[in-house]
Amino acid sequence: MSGVSYKNMTKAWGDVIGVNNLNLEVPDKEFLVLVGPSGCGKSTALRCLAGLEEITQGEIIIGDRVVNDVPPKDRDIAMVFQSYALYPHMTVYDNMAFGLKLRKTPKTEIDKRVQEAARLLGITPLLDRKPKQMSGGQRQRVALGRAIVRDPAVFLLDEPLSNLDAKLRVQTRAEISKLHQRLETTFIYVTHDQVEALTMADRIAVMKDGVLQQVDSPQNLYDHPDNVFVAGFIGSPSMNFFSGTITGTTDEMYVDSGSVRLRVSQSEVEQLGRDSIGKEVIFGVRPEDIHHPQYQPAGVTEQLLESTVDVTELMGNEIFVYLQTGEQNYIARVDPRADLRPGDKVQMAFNIEKIHIFDRTTEKSLATPSSN
Amino acid sequence: MSEKTGSAKRKKLVSDILVNGALLILVLMWTIPTIGLLVSSFRTRFDISTSGWWSVFPHREWVKVTERELGDDLDRDGVMEIEGVTGTFKEFRDGIETSDGKRITWIGNKRLGRIEIQENKWTMRTDFTTENYGQVLAGKEFEIRQADGSVKIEQGDNFWGAILNSITVTIPATLIPILIAAFAAYGFAWMRFPGRRVFFIIVVALLVVPLQIALVPILRDYTKLDLNGTFLAVWLAHTGFGLPLATYLMFNYISGLPRDILESAFIDGASHFTIFTRLILPLSVPALASFAIFQFLWTWNDYLVALVFIGAKPDVQVLTMRLAEIVGSRGSDWHLLTAGAFISMVLPLVVFFSLQRFFVRGLLAGSVKG
Repeated sequence: MSGVSYKNMTKAWGDVIGVNNLNLEVPDKEFLVLVGPSGCGKSTALRCLAGLEEITQGEIIIGDRVVNDVPPKDRDIAMVFQSYALYPHMTVYDNMAFGLKLRKTPKTEIDKRVQEAARLLGITPLLDRKPKQMSGGQRQRVALGRAIVRDPAVFLLDEPLSNLDAKLRVQTRAEISKLHQRLETTFIYVTHDQVEALTMADRIAVMKDGVLQQVDSPQNLYDHPDNVFVAGFIGSPSMNFFSGTITGTTDEMYVDSGSVRLRVSQSEVEQLGRDSIGKEVIFGVRPEDIHHPQYQPAGVTEQLLESTVDVTELMGNEIFVYLQTGEQNYIARVDPRADLRPGDKVQMAFNIEKIHIFDRTTEKSLATPSSN
Repeated sequence: MSEKTGSAKRKKLVSDILVNGALLILVLMWTIPTIGLLVSSFRTRFDISTSGWWSVFPHREWVKVTERELGDDLDRDGVMEIEGVTGTFKEFRDGIETSDGKRITWIGNKRLGRIEIQENKWTMRTDFTTENYGQVLAGKEFEIRQADGSVKIEQGDNFWGAILNSITVTIPATLIPILIAAFAAYGFAWMRFPGRRVFFIIVVALLVVPLQIALVPILRDYTKLDLNGTFLAVWLAHTGFGLPLATYLMFNYISGLPRDILESAFIDGASHFTIFTRLILPLSVPALASFAIFQFLWTWNDYLVALVFIGAKPDVQVLTMRLAEIVGSRGSDWHLLTAGAFISMVLPLVVFFSLQRFFVRGLLAGSVKG
């Protein structure tokens, strides 16, 4: 049982930088999800931690030991791969026992641990099968089981759900969360799927182009993204962005992109500061903070904006509406009772308490909605 | 729509016929001589030297009905009348057909007057014998009546020594390069060491070097090391000549194995050696088997390397040399050659059919994603 920390860690192949100066502390027993688009360095960060890649600079610490020069097998970690990486010619039992056998664990102990892990994952009847004879979901469990029997200090999971179909993915997601609670071990989980990140993580680390963007709890990450990238990456459909300037007076401040002009709430005016009029900004509104005027929740400080409906997508419990106002396109998630047809003109209600304002050049957050 | 599928079906049918027809022709081209060899190996010495193997099938042929001596009263230099037909000696030698479908043929020379009356009949030459094999395998004694009337007893050719020698040469010459090549291929594919690319390029470049250019230098080295005429010499030679292709084939296969599996084993605590023996070898069976077939076949059929490095002494000579000797020392012993040749084919066939299922898979090594 131990935490993990990256200290100024850089991984480069010649001029190509995979991970750039990563600083990240993962306390013991935390479920940390590394998320980002493909090629952002999240898998590289994980592989460096596993010892499959040598790091170029900095330190990686597992527990209280710097593991830069420790080979993978001595790092007290177990890894679950996207492809499961089961040994095709061995039975499930042998797959799970392989690592223990190599460590010269006594036979009875191996048997006990394998049986226990198999029971935990519900794969006891499969122990004699070969990987070929199993479904994707079953293989995935075996891959987890192989990690569990090792009883490692840190679990590393590299997109373990990407090869499963949608339904199984949702189910396994919950099972992995349960597993984490039961094992009480540090989990580091890499995914490109922000839904997986939001649903499973204690904390999420968002990466882009090898650089860590933000680390925070899912809720905080969602409510208070540090920059435009995080704001756009987390949440589906993603946040609507408008680029504009701050106008008005210190008493009545607006963010104005020409077609979209929204009043800035008092708490955000304070965050922005009185002298920010004329500043070039990007402001964002999440689709769920834009309502159909007839079906808006109570207590919303709204501002109406006349828009034209382009496309509607019914999701059952809600409708994604693609709208246009002036030159700007945006998406809203509205109540399914709203009867909208393409071409309809509608006064959409923007919740002005929920505007995210970012600096246009640095893309850093200037003001975020206050949590309520 | 239905028309379209109809024409597509016809197209498919035509291409099926073309493909299967071409395959059939290829198969026939390869199997007919083999069948001929097999049939010949069971025919008697006399049959082999007087008629082709295909005469075992039903065919029409002039067959002797009766034979009789001619009197001295015929004018052998002029036109003669025999059995109702007339002709010169030359015409009778070639045979003259009578009006009732018989043929009169003069046998022997002009002075010995003897004719055969033949009929054109359906016939098969099915005078089979296993004696050829007996002679080849057991070295059975057989009698030869020589020109002066005396009988000479001669020992038939015994193949067993040569077969054992061939096996002694072939099995180590197959296993040694496979083992070395598998290790080398793993190293090239999955271990990082300085000069890896350069060494691999050298190995690939060696693929195109013909072995003949190495014969003399190696022979001189063997003479210095006193290795000539030993089995070790030919094992080493076959190993050396087989290694580039073996390494290349195995590299293609092993480098195509999923990286994740090896990394997973690393994390599980396996060393390179453990990964090689516990994962790579079991997973590479198709490639190993396919190369084993190759190497077995061409060391088994090899004549040149064996001749150069172990020579033709009877106690070390291999099967190919023994066969060559049958033709060489007894130019007329076709019946023994056919039997011997067929015996030499048995083991390669057994090896091929028992490893056959790996053959195509191994040939495609690395080119197809599993």
